[in-house]
Amino acid sequence: MQLLGIWVAAFLTLCIYSFLYKDNPLYRFAEHLFVGISVGYGIVLSIHQGFLPLAWKPFWEAITFQDTSGFWVIIPIAFGLLFFARLSPRHTWLIRYPIAILIGYGSGIAIPNVLRANIFEQTRGTLEPFGKIARETVAANGNIIPPLTPFEIVGAILMVIGVVCTLTYFFFSVEHRGPIKGLSKVGIAFLMIGFGSAFGNTVMGRVALLIQRMDFLMFDWIASIGTIFSSIF
Amino acid sequence: MTHYKICLWIAVCTTLFLWTSLGYTQGPTAPSNVVAKDTPNDDGTSITITWDVPADGSGIVGYNILSSIDEADFTQIGEQLSLEDVIDTKTNICNYQDTTVSRLNAFTYIIQAVTESGDTIQSQQTESVRPKAQIFHTGKIPLFLAMLLFSAAIVGNIYYVRSGREVFVRRIPGLEAVDEAIGRATEMGRSILYVLGLGGVSNVATIASMTILGQVARRTADYETPLRVPCNDPIVLNVVREMVKTSYLDEGRPDAYSEDNIFFLTESQFAYAAGVDGMMLREKPAAIFLQGTFYAESLILAETGNSIGAIQIAGTDSEAQLPFFIAACDYTLIGEELYAASAYLSKEPMLLGSLRGQDWGKLFIFGLIIVGVILELSGINWITTLLQNVR
Repeated sequence: MQLLGIWVAAFLTLCIYSFLYKDNPLYRFAEHLFVGISVGYGIVLSIHQGFLPLAWKPFWEAITFQDTSGFWVIIPIAFGLLFFARLSPRHTWLIRYPIAILIGYGSGIAIPNVLRANIFEQTRGTLEPFGKIARETVAANGNIIPPLTPFEIVGAILMVIGVVCTLTYFFFSVEHRGPIKGLSKVGIAFLMIGFGSAFGNTVMGRVALLIQRMDFLMFDWIASIGTIFSSIF
Repeated sequence: MTHYKICLWIAVCTTLFLWTSLGYTQGPTAPSNVVAKDTPNDDGTSITITWDVPADGSGIVGYNILSSIDEADFTQIGEQLSLEDVIDTKTNICNYQDTTVSRLNAFTYIIQAVTESGDTIQSQQTESVRPKAQIFHTGKIPLFLAMLLFSAAIVGNIYYVRSGREVFVRRIPGLEAVDEAIGRATEMGRSILYVLGLGGVSNVATIASMTILGQVARRTADYETPLRVPCNDPIVLNVVREMVKTSYLDEGRPDAYSEDNIFFLTESQFAYAAGVDGMMLREKPAAIFLQGTFYAESLILAETGNSIGAIQIAGTDSEAQLPFFIAACDYTLIGEELYAASAYLSKEPMLLGSLRGQDWGKLFIFGLIIVGVILELSGINWITTLLQNVR
């Protein structure tokens, strides 16, 4: 069975890699199989991890009077059912209610978190090193942190310049002329340096994935061919 | 006199000996000041117990937490805790958060100190506490005030623009190419592929992407260019269908709208990438929009689009994927340019006002950084303390 698994995995890997040459029936087979299996798996997962425990079980317990608090789930279930209003052209407009709730709820949850993590935390991270330039500080665990080294001071200054200039690049209602143009050009240079390093870092990760797949093909799959031959002869 | 001195010496030495012996033989003392309180700012699922830090040399190496539900027998919660687990170095107090509680019961606690030799000594039991859920998280007040401030800036600017005043919006090259891309697809008689990425309907980048899609759909309705949108989320699919349909209706071309062109592919990341790649190769769209949240599939999509010679306009706020779009696409909207795109394309007063309000917010942060650096260098760190306390 394990041998069969190795052969199926190797066959599908080669089918997908055949895309590097051009679109072909083998790639199309693997693509459709992948999409089909993932949709099927997703549906089963939604039923078992979503519908049954979150909707059906509390609802059933409520109607059989095991736990009447389950009657509350009727409200979200009713809103969810409005998605099926699409099936009736006269009632399609009803779908706007669950959509409005979802977008409103999602934005309400996301915006404060984005504000805290992307603005307040980042601003604090930019400012904090300047408080450590000339004096010792105490860490959360009680350890004494020595003042910054000259290298760290240069890093902190560069970070502030980078943040201020990049922020200037993202001003949309101001014409980028004169000093603003200069600052935004420095900002875009900082962005590109950041993107360049991220690109190199990720490509290294992708090469590691390729090596892993090659390792599978060369050592697991080709080794399995040897196993088959040795068992036959 | 000599006899008196000898007696005095004997008395002093005896006292010293007894005092020292007592010091060495002193066992661990019971945990003192043990207090159990409902944890503030939570949903009523935890109780916080605090007690004094043990004295140096007390021989205490850890603690057991015993709890009783509704005056029943005491049972130990979890494993024995080490001193490092419970001592808060900032406040110099021991604390433990019991997250096994329920709002329906009252809980009483005993702290059991454990010595090196394994002996235990118990504190007195605490008062009975019933956990409560709080409606408002008081720790989020600074965040709430900041939200109000930003919201006020945006609403004020929306009214400013609605009053008929002009708002300048700087040139965004990626968005100026939108018309060029749609025109090219129309001239070549090929379709436009719009990929919204993998974000859900509550994702900010997906919402921004859907707004851009609405504007793109207006133009494709005018030019009768097929617009294909493979979705990876069933809810996004429904929202997108509504938006595109509305755009076609607004342009007076409901007949040109085809619901089949907006379809669900799969929720799986790489299966979605494989499916979209296959579509690119078979349908050869003339223009590809990659707008929204993307992960590791970004380069796979952008490279395939590049290989078929389509004009590609990408935009995402996923920092890790931007380098790939910049490398493989013709135009890329970097981060917030994606959010600005809808205002830029539609020129609607509400969106333009919102864009101007966001710029005010950025100006505020700009000022905060400059002032913060000066204050930090002067040894005043209240800005960083305030930012740290925003939860």
